[in-house]
Amino acid sequence: MISFIFKRLLQSVIVMLTVALIAFSMFRFIGDPINNMVGQDTSQADREQLAEQLGLNDPFLIQFGRFALNAVEGNFGISYKYRQPVSKLILERLSATLELSFVSAVLALVIGIPCGVYTALKAKGLISKGIMTLSLIGVSLPTFLIGILLILLFGVILRWLPTFGRGDVVAIGWWTTGFLTASGLKSLILPSITLALFQMTLIMRLVRAEMLEVLRTDFVKFARARGLPDRSVHFKHALKNTLVPVITITGLQLGSLIAFAIITESVFQWPGMGLLFIQAISDVDIPIMAAYLVLIAFFFVIINMIVDILYYTVDPRLRADSTA
Amino acid sequence: MKLRTGLFAAVAAVALAVASPVQAKTFKFAFQGDLSSLDPHSLNESFLLGTLGNVYEGLALYDPNMQIVPGLAESWKILTPTTWEFKLRQGVKFHGGQDFTADDVIFSWERAGRDGSDQKVRNSMIKSITKVDDYTIVVETPAPNPILVQDLPYLFIMDKEWSEEHGTTSSTSAAGDNAGNYANLHANGTGPFMIKSHEADVKTVLVRNKDYWDGDMPTNVTEVIFTPIKEAPTRVAALISGELDMVYPVPVQDWERLDNAEGVKALTGPEARTIFIGFDQGRDELLYSNIKGKNPFKDQRVRAAFVHAINLDAIKEKIMRGAATPTGLLAAPQVNGFVESLNSPYAYDPEKSKALLAEAGYPEGFEVTLDCPNNRYVNDEKICQAVTSMLAKVGIKVDLLAQPKSKYFGKVLATSGYDTSFYLLGWTPGSMDAENVLSSLIVCQNADAKKGMFNLGNYCNPKVDELTAAIGSETDQAKRNEMIAEAFKIVKEDVGYMPIHQQPLSWGVSDRVTVNQRADNGLDYRYVIVNE
Repeated sequence: MISFIFKRLLQSVIVMLTVALIAFSMFRFIGDPINNMVGQDTSQADREQLAEQLGLNDPFLIQFGRFALNAVEGNFGISYKYRQPVSKLILERLSATLELSFVSAVLALVIGIPCGVYTALKAKGLISKGIMTLSLIGVSLPTFLIGILLILLFGVILRWLPTFGRGDVVAIGWWTTGFLTASGLKSLILPSITLALFQMTLIMRLVRAEMLEVLRTDFVKFARARGLPDRSVHFKHALKNTLVPVITITGLQLGSLIAFAIITESVFQWPGMGLLFIQAISDVDIPIMAAYLVLIAFFFVIINMIVDILYYTVDPRLRADSTA
Repeated sequence: MKLRTGLFAAVAAVALAVASPVQAKTFKFAFQGDLSSLDPHSLNESFLLGTLGNVYEGLALYDPNMQIVPGLAESWKILTPTTWEFKLRQGVKFHGGQDFTADDVIFSWERAGRDGSDQKVRNSMIKSITKVDDYTIVVETPAPNPILVQDLPYLFIMDKEWSEEHGTTSSTSAAGDNAGNYANLHANGTGPFMIKSHEADVKTVLVRNKDYWDGDMPTNVTEVIFTPIKEAPTRVAALISGELDMVYPVPVQDWERLDNAEGVKALTGPEARTIFIGFDQGRDELLYSNIKGKNPFKDQRVRAAFVHAINLDAIKEKIMRGAATPTGLLAAPQVNGFVESLNSPYAYDPEKSKALLAEAGYPEGFEVTLDCPNNRYVNDEKICQAVTSMLAKVGIKVDLLAQPKSKYFGKVLATSGYDTSFYLLGWTPGSMDAENVLSSLIVCQNADAKKGMFNLGNYCNPKVDELTAAIGSETDQAKRNEMIAEAFKIVKEDVGYMPIHQQPLSWGVSDRVTVNQRADNGLDYRYVIVNE
């Protein structure tokens, strides 16, 4: 197990380096950072001097090498726009994104799995059909539109919930949390629903399909024949056997939740990493973009690793294989 | 006019309210971009300067109509053509309690000229500052400069003592090694508001400076909360839902929505920014055209054909919802040196346009690429699309290349060697004076003399260059304005540019507040009033 984790961590370094390399090869197509860093009256000579000082005139491999060497030491450089260390900016934003993603993931699981089980068990019921129809909306509507519609309904028309931001936050060390204030909790509702909706419907449909499959298998029939109660058949036997693909997808989707929070964060002006990143794209703030992409790559590797470890616990066949 | 009466009424209301005890009044607003730094010399950009103008002050200030009024200097006079004497305001204190004196002015001017500063242009307008006593300075300019004070509102004064104590004697820069620069995250000005907290790109809170030297300023606001909101629909929703008192900019197409919503309105007015299209007249062959071996834009008749093909009123009505001001001049009415008689646009006359093209030897027209930003100016891409289709009617096939501003500016500016044949640009002169327009956009490109840097198409007329040089050192205002008018007249006859319009300012304001909309899109909290 330890060697497995170690190997995965080693792989993660390679993945991050590759991501950074691809990122750096693309940055020069995004535009000129200098023009965003100076006013219109700044002279040509000063602009060139700035570009030289930032090393923007170097070939991209050298820029990448410099970034990689500094990154190994934990130094991600200084944001062109905010003139602050990137690691500090990302750390300030990390808690906002993680809280949002966490709440969304919980929502997606807590609503998605029971709905999936229900629609599989009562496949022909009216409620099931209603849920399935609604889930189509969740899959097909773009996140941006869902966000705007929710803002319009609950923020502008009903005025129940705030339309933007994170509300009041409480700082616990470097972590800021919105869980401890009323305005923080209220602010979480709309963005987390927006972000969770797609995953929720995905999980629900997946669980439903898997359940339908498993319910037809011999061992479920046998379990019923043994006279076991429905509850036990459905949840202990059937549901447990659907979980392997569900865990894979959920794990990967958790990564996507963090990565694709970008859209939700910009609709709700949620001060997370995604918003920082999208702002950095329009400002061509290369240090922020590079650090963010590498960090997201790291998250994906770690989440994949956790998913792999979970397989061992859920699926006894894997354990048997590894001891054999 | 409406605005002014509103302002006076509000001022009167405040005057009446003075007797009653002061209540906490919070003003919450959102802007599309963020305050990237608190360092007053870090970036020469209008939002940063406009916002920090509430915290820091220059020797002179803008009044609500962008006229220059005394600020930290009580008065000034010209001693000789190149020397000025400034009497500084006495008894002014910085937010940290330090006294404001001549040393602070000298220090701030020097800081603006050091490496890392983006205010070097303003620093270079002054050659030296001599301290006569604590409250009198003599300023020497490199050449006679009658409009020196026009540039002073945004040369912000910092406290020398405070800056030295915190090791921030040069400006915050992304290059170099001063990431821990104190002034990037802390502020100590003399202005009417103080920074209470600042989280980059999240939230900035300012509170009233109770000891502000101008006790008569109209505002009754005690706290200002600024949040950047990037997405326009979210910004507008936050205003309509009543969470914010003001948001800007509001997309032109949302004005109707604001008018129909309760308790909010769109506040619009002409901005001092002129939008125009330029032609590459410098190269012997255009980079992006099917005409080889010669440059059609070198022919005045071709340029004239282009400007007569554009229906500016249609652009105003269809794209700008009637709110733009079509123009024939590159300087807006708010700009010192504006010439009313030259401001009428070129007439819309497609027949004349076709005739001119035939006369110039292009009866079938030709092809050219138009470079256009798509997120920089109000409806910039739509304007370019309209221009493209209008030119098609006279036989010019325009290939439109609309890109985000970072890509666009990375292509067309000097850094990439002016890689364009035909481009759309907007300009607000930083000094609010026509000389800036002439020396940035109209004189021949001259990298050594730092002139014509934004004359991307290198329109070049030696007569205009001569006049611009003379304008730069003429101290007689009347003579100076005459020369400005003459220079603009030549440009107009040459059809050096295709002016489009002054774009509208577009703010969304709640009925709870009264604000003053300044022509440079600046929000001055001194004139914000929260209604009862």
